[in-house]
Amino acid sequence: MKRRVLGIGNGARRDDGVGVWVAQVLATRLGDDADVRVLGDDGFALLDALADIEAAILVDAVQSGAAPGTVHRFDAATQALPPALLRCSTHLLGVAEAVELARALGQLPARLAVYGIEGADFGLGRGLSDAVATAAAGLVEELVTELTDSPCTNTP
Amino acid sequence: MTDATRTIDVNYLARVEGEGALHLAIDNGQLTAAQLRIFEPPRYFEALLRGRDCREAPDITARICGICPVAYLMSACAAIEDLCGVSVPPPIADLRRLLYCGEWIESHVLHMFMLHLPDFLGYPDAVSMARDHGDLVRTALRIKKAGNGIVALLGGREIHPINVRIGGFYRLPTRAELAPLRDELAFALDTMEKALGTLAALDFPDFDRDYTFVALRHDSEYPMGRGRLVSSGGVDLPVARYDDYLTEHHVRHSTSLHSRTADGGVVHLGPLARYALNGDRLTPRARAAAQAAGLPAVVRNPFRSILVRGVEVVLALEEALRLVDSYVPGDTPAAAFEPRAGTGYGATEAPRGVLYHRYQVDATGLITDAKIVAPTSVNQAVIEADLRHYVQPRLDQPDEALRAVCETAIRNYDPCISCSAHFLKLTVERH
Repeated sequence: MKRRVLGIGNGARRDDGVGVWVAQVLATRLGDDADVRVLGDDGFALLDALADIEAAILVDAVQSGAAPGTVHRFDAATQALPPALLRCSTHLLGVAEAVELARALGQLPARLAVYGIEGADFGLGRGLSDAVATAAAGLVEELVTELTDSPCTNTP
Repeated sequence: MTDATRTIDVNYLARVEGEGALHLAIDNGQLTAAQLRIFEPPRYFEALLRGRDCREAPDITARICGICPVAYLMSACAAIEDLCGVSVPPPIADLRRLLYCGEWIESHVLHMFMLHLPDFLGYPDAVSMARDHGDLVRTALRIKKAGNGIVALLGGREIHPINVRIGGFYRLPTRAELAPLRDELAFALDTMEKALGTLAALDFPDFDRDYTFVALRHDSEYPMGRGRLVSSGGVDLPVARYDDYLTEHHVRHSTSLHSRTADGGVVHLGPLARYALNGDRLTPRARAAAQAAGLPAVVRNPFRSILVRGVEVVLALEEALRLVDSYVPGDTPAAAFEPRAGTGYGATEAPRGVLYHRYQVDATGLITDAKIVAPTSVNQAVIEADLRHYVQPRLDQPDEALRAVCETAIRNYDPCISCSAHFLKLTVERH
C-alpha cells in the first residue's frame, strides 16, 4: 500500500511553498513508489485527497512563533490539529478545518502524519529562506527513509 | 450595562474576500454606529488594468475572487464585447450560461450548508455541525462537486478557470466530454429539492425589511450573464446607464467605496433581489421548489436568503441539465472581433449580485480606464442598515452573544466569508 504524500502551500509566497517543495522533491526521488499530490489552499481539494485512502503524510508551512525551520509533528489520526497553527488559508477551509471535517465525516485515513515546518518569510517571491530550506531537506531524507523502509509501502 | 458606553470593535474579519472589520458603538442603550468595513481589492485591479490589452481583462479580473472568478470573466467579456460590437453565437452563450450555473452551484451550496446553516442549527462552525449532521454535509459536498465539475470542464480547472476569452472560449468541449456531468447533475437536482424541504423547516427570526432590490432582467431567462438593470422601484435601464443609477462615493469610516442611488438610496443586490424581480423567469422545478418551501413572490427577510439560494441552486441544476442535453458544439470556439476605441459596459449576476465592469479602450486596444463594482461592495450599506435594525433590540445581550448576532446578520449576504466560525474577533471597550 502506498502512502499518499500531500504537499500544501503556495510556491509564490516564499516559505509558504515548503510543503510543495518537499512533495516535489519526494516525487522526484521516489518516482513511481510515491503517490504525491500538491495542493493549494482549497481545503475541499484536501478533503477529497484524504478520502478513500488508508494512510497519508501531509506537509505544510506554519507560523506559530517558533524558530524558523522548527518541524512540528502531529499524529492527526489520534489528535485534533491545532486550528490556529494551520489556518492561514484566505479562502474556504484551511488545512486543520479540512482534516477535522474529514474526521467529523468519518473519512479520515487511519494513519495521517502531519508535518508543519515553521516559516520565516511569507512575502512575495520564490525560494525558501535558509533555515526552512535546511529543515525541509532534513525532512525529505527522513521521509524517504520512512517511505522506502516502511512495511506500509510496496517497496521490498 | 446598557447605561454605559460600549464600543465593540472587530478589527479583522477573517476569511472575507478582501479585508474587513466591524465597529459598533453603543451609547446609553442606543446603537449609535454600525460600520462594516470591507477593504475591496478592486482598487488595485482598476489601476493595474490601465495600459493592458482589453483582451486580457477577463483573465486579470478573474483573479479578484477565488470563489466567483466566472462572474469576473463574464462581466469583463460582456463589457469588451459591448464595446467591440461582438455578438456571441447562441451555442457559446449557452456554454457560458452552463459555466455560470457551475459557479452558482459551487458558491451557493458552500455558503448555504457550510457557512450559513450552522447559524440556524446552533453550531459554531461546519465541522461541529458535521459531527451531528454528517449525511447533510456529505450531500451538500456532493451537490457542490457537481458544480465544480462544470467549472473544471468548461473553465479548464476548478479554481481560476482559464478557458474563457472575449467572444467565447479557447476550446469547446465535445458532447462526449459533457455527457458524464449528467448523472451527478440529475442526482444533485433531486437531492437539492429534498434538502430544501429540510431547510424550509428551520426557525427564522421575524425580521422583514423594506429593501430596494436591484438585479438584471432578461427577456426570456432568469438572469445570469445578461439583461437590463432593473429595480423594485421601477428603474429599467440598459447596463450602459449603470453609472446614472448607482454612484460610488467615499465614506469616512472605510477605504472601500459605498454605492448609492442618485437620491441617496441604499440598494440590495443578490439572490433576494433576483428572485423578487425575476419570479416569472424561474424554471419549472425551481418555481415548484419555491412554493414547496413556502416562499412568497418577494422575500424581505434576509435570513430566508438561504432558501432563495436553494431555489437558485435548483434552477442552476435544472438549467445545467438542459444545457448539457441540448449541447451541440458550434463551428468556432469564439466570435472573431477587432478591438476598437470607446467605452464598454458589462454586468452579470455573480452569486452575490450584479457585478459591473466598465472599460475605456484606445484605438490600439489598450485599456485607458477601468471601473469594477463588486456586489459585496454595493451591499455594504444594506448590511450596515440590517445590523442597525437587527442589533438594536438585542443590545441587552452580552458581548459574546452580540458578536454572534452580528455575524449572523452579516452572513445573510454571503460576503465571501469562507469560514462560519468566529470570523469576528471581538474587542470590547467599556467606559
